[in-house]
Amino acid sequence: MSVRRHVLGMLHRANSSHVGSCLSCADLLAVLYSTVLRIAPRNPQWSERDRFVLSKGHAAAALYAALAETGFFPCQWLDEYGMKGSALLGHASHHVPGVEFSSGSLGHGLPVACGMALALRREHRANRVFALLSDGELDEGSNWEAILFAPHHHLDNLAVIVDYNKIQSFGRVSEVLELHPLAEKFQSFNWGVVEIDGHDLEEIRSALSSVPALAGKPTAILAHTVKGKGVSFMENQLMWHYRSPSDEQLQLALDELEGKQ
Amino acid sequence: MRTAFIERLCELAAMDSRIFLVCGDLGYSVLESFSEQYPDRYLNAGVAEQNMTGIAAGLAMAGKVVFTYSIANFPVMRCLEQIRNDVCYHNLNVKIVAVGGGLAYGSQGYTHHGVEDLAVMSAMPNLVVAAPADPTETRGITSILADRPGPAYLRLGKAGEPVLHPDNLRVELGKAIRVSDGNDLTIISIGGMLGTVLKAAEELPKHGIYPRILSMPFLIPQDTEAVLEAADQTGAILTVEEHGPGGLGTAIAETLATHGRAPCFRILRLARSPIQVAGSQEELRSAQGLSPDALLQAAEQLCHGRKPSVTH
Repeated sequence: MSVRRHVLGMLHRANSSHVGSCLSCADLLAVLYSTVLRIAPRNPQWSERDRFVLSKGHAAAALYAALAETGFFPCQWLDEYGMKGSALLGHASHHVPGVEFSSGSLGHGLPVACGMALALRREHRANRVFALLSDGELDEGSNWEAILFAPHHHLDNLAVIVDYNKIQSFGRVSEVLELHPLAEKFQSFNWGVVEIDGHDLEEIRSALSSVPALAGKPTAILAHTVKGKGVSFMENQLMWHYRSPSDEQLQLALDELEGKQ
Repeated sequence: MRTAFIERLCELAAMDSRIFLVCGDLGYSVLESFSEQYPDRYLNAGVAEQNMTGIAAGLAMAGKVVFTYSIANFPVMRCLEQIRNDVCYHNLNVKIVAVGGGLAYGSQGYTHHGVEDLAVMSAMPNLVVAAPADPTETRGITSILADRPGPAYLRLGKAGEPVLHPDNLRVELGKAIRVSDGNDLTIISIGGMLGTVLKAAEELPKHGIYPRILSMPFLIPQDTEAVLEAADQTGAILTVEEHGPGGLGTAIAETLATHGRAPCFRILRLARSPIQVAGSQEELRSAQGLSPDALLQAAEQLCHGRKPSVTH
């Protein structure tokens, strides 16, 4: 799945930001949509589908790319991302086929995912709910309300994936508001916790396919990632939270991806 | 009103298995009738209103008709962005219920005074905004909100409010309820102020004034037709609300101006500044100019301050 190639082109054309955030979760989204989620791209509202909530809504370009590649809508739509009149907004929009929930303000996705999981659990249904959060997003108190809630209600049909790239919008997580030790935090809130390399496709597949990690508990998958992953000059650079690649930078980035594939 | 609400919700839940009640750890001695009858459709989300509202959105996305319940500002202000983004933007079936609106929690202090809620909620997209005057309106509105897809805000009083309407009252979405038929001026109130209006109205005929009285439980959608009729037929409008700036009076002023009507007009409402002293709801209302006497005086001034072109 060529999420990265799409993202670079989209953000270049739209002169839009958050390329680093999109690249850090590109592998997570690719595995989710290609092998993990039970979905029906031609019937986005299929009642038996798994739910996926992108809470870090600023990575919308990567989500749209994964949805297009999966067949929810034509890949040509991606060309219109951010353009006048397009439904493909810079933050995830539920008006795009396959997007369950509009996000963009941080700290909203997990409580909503908890509500979905609770409803499905009370109806004894097998659907699972996945929510992808950024690490910086965990500064938001609403997440911790939900992190307290989910284990109390034994929501083992719920999995949180943290895109743990260690950089938030104005600096390193360790400098702005330290999350470490994050695994211990989730464990002490009574979650099942799995730590993975968020760019190792097999590790991702294995962790996401093994939900719940512990019976009767929600699962937190801490995916250690690299912001800007896949384009060497973007990796671990705060400025690529904001910058859009120029013509030259786009070519360099695509060449690098080509070389690696 | 809260008793009328929960009784009606229990009746509706018996007929509609989608109905789900979520509270923010408040509702002692009120919600038990629902939670005992429908334990699978009840949730105490804890003292966490942001999560409560997000959960309500998630439940609604899974097909439930969700009522969130807490007191005064807690289900409104604390989780306003969840209401805006999660509930209203997605046009979900979530009904936000605040008990103790206005100054119902009088002596508990400003933190517990729900006096900006109507202004804030009326700015939200897709949201129906309602504040019933008595238990009868409450029952009718609860049924309407449960039946109508989409989000809503329901501001209730507390308990023990007098019944002001007959049992067979017909409540319709977006319609004002005409309580009396005079033509000297129109008094329009929202929520529990109707009781005060009716007390003042008993005295008005002694002063030669026969008012039309409208209870307007729906701030949104507004009964524009009733407002314009009031302007055209009575020539003077007095609005009454237990709320600060930005509520009923503001909305009606906008309607009048937009439609080119300029009746004699006055808004009776709370001051913008927080109330910092103790008092019962009745005492605080009076101190803010919302007593029957103050209404009487305002109505007289309005009637005498205009050209005598309208007769009853």
